[in-house]
Amino acid sequence: METLIEILYLIFVSPFAEMVAYPDLFFQGIWDGFVSGTLYGLIALGFVLIFKASGVFNFSQPILVVLAALSLVSFYKMGIPAWISVILVLVMFYVLAFLIERLILRKLVNQDGNILFMSTIGLTFLIIGSAQWIFGGRPSAMITDELGLPNGSLEWPMFGGGVYFEMIDISAAVIASIMIVILALFFSKTKIGRGLRAVADDHQAALSVGISLNQIWVIVWFVAGVVALVTGIFWGARSDVSFALQIIGFKALPVLIIGGFTSVPGAIIGGLIIGLGEKVFEIYWGPLLGSGVEGWFAYIIALIFLLFRPQGLFGDKIIERV
Amino acid sequence: MGNIDQNVMMEVKNINLRFGGVIAIQDVSFDILEGEIRAIIGPNGAGKSSMLNVINGFYHPQEGEIWYRGEKRPSMEPYEIAKTGIARTFQNIALFKGMTTIENVMTGRQLKMNKNFFWQMIRYGPAIEEEVEHRRRCEEIIDFLEINHIRKTPVGALPYGLQKRVELARALAMDPTLLLLDEPMAGMNVEEKQDMSRFIVDVNEEFGTTIALIEHDMAVVMDLADRVVVLDYGKLLADGTPNEVQKNQAVIDAYLGVPH
Repeated sequence: METLIEILYLIFVSPFAEMVAYPDLFFQGIWDGFVSGTLYGLIALGFVLIFKASGVFNFSQPILVVLAALSLVSFYKMGIPAWISVILVLVMFYVLAFLIERLILRKLVNQDGNILFMSTIGLTFLIIGSAQWIFGGRPSAMITDELGLPNGSLEWPMFGGGVYFEMIDISAAVIASIMIVILALFFSKTKIGRGLRAVADDHQAALSVGISLNQIWVIVWFVAGVVALVTGIFWGARSDVSFALQIIGFKALPVLIIGGFTSVPGAIIGGLIIGLGEKVFEIYWGPLLGSGVEGWFAYIIALIFLLFRPQGLFGDKIIERV
Repeated sequence: MGNIDQNVMMEVKNINLRFGGVIAIQDVSFDILEGEIRAIIGPNGAGKSSMLNVINGFYHPQEGEIWYRGEKRPSMEPYEIAKTGIARTFQNIALFKGMTTIENVMTGRQLKMNKNFFWQMIRYGPAIEEEVEHRRRCEEIIDFLEINHIRKTPVGALPYGLQKRVELARALAMDPTLLLLDEPMAGMNVEEKQDMSRFIVDVNEEFGTTIALIEHDMAVVMDLADRVVVLDYGKLLADGTPNEVQKNQAVIDAYLGVPH
């Protein structure tokens, strides 16, 4: 009985007491979670855009993040100036988008979504293999200074303690937010955005009103590459540039399950829920369960959503006519 | 049916279309005159839809030529053909189900919008004017087809007959010179068929749009069409006015003579 009360106390009372007792620590957790959250949101947006635009769940999005970060660093190491390297990576992604359209998607017009999905799995392994072959697999540091990204940190005295804001995190949050706004506007307000939604719904009908699938797909995959590059730079700066970055990419899956696969705001809010949730949970409830909570917390939340709200917070409700 | 002149808008010449060993269309030629309503009829599997798909570029025939507005048309992709002013609807409705009626119709204006996407994103002056102008045209078409009450409804939720009408609206929004209708009245009840017939005639008369349509309901075809092409097993069986076709013995044997 006493142990039960103790456990309940540890779960329901002491974490909140701690939050109140050390608000600076709590706020630090919120900030760190917010930064991760915006980056999760951004990468989830990469998935959502391709899904909305072609009805394909793009399994290769996470490996695109690795490819972007890895090639950026490798170009720089070859002696190419940092910003030229960025442009080279963008050019590379454009060429890749073009090739993917030409060699894979074009052959699969009007095919079932699952077939397209399988083709992105194949693409993932192709990229893993060739990236290892070309760039090698050894982890290296992101070239943040060379890109002119600020380093160091700000300390803000607060609640009797202090909260640290890493400069790189501030720029990550700012740039990710700007990207999200631009992408949301691009896909909701422009003619290309309307074309994308049309292609996602019906290939034949889209063709019949004069929308070129080829062009749309190149645009979508290029945008996915740009998203991957931004995510790769900032996440590479937070950890290392290596194939382990993929795991960050797959964090987008629970984000999508929570936000809904078809919703742009869903991706952002889902990202924040996961980012904030896992950080706060790690700090206050993590010690009860041993460490490493951040690794699986997101997936548990996703499972709960799958049980009770499979379409996510903002997704289209799936109604099948029988 | 009043505004036919004798100018040929489209001529298909000796079209042969095969899928592997299956012959879908065999040496079929006919023409479509400017301003007419041209019907393509025939039993199931006669190659009618294939013919429409050839005209709009979904299928590329192995042999044969298509002449459009006086020029021989090179092999083109469907979206390029859409740019030449050919719009179509589908036998199994092909709408953008996630979008509302007005959004679906707006996609028909896609080709006519050419302001920079940057201005569209920030909803700046010229881009807004363009959007408003195209929206006005779409609203006119929506009024014309009497689907005002479902403007904001997601089309996936609409009944079949209305979906067919939205599809027609989308095709009309392209301001087509040639409109292809693949069984526009399939699966409709009598009242819906009457409405649809009236719209088709009105489109032809008021907008001067040339129409080629596939239809099964013979009464409707005889009523609507200026001239009729009859296909059977991928071959041309007859070509002429509804009256001529009705009296043609080969057609009667193949198709019309079956008493209901």
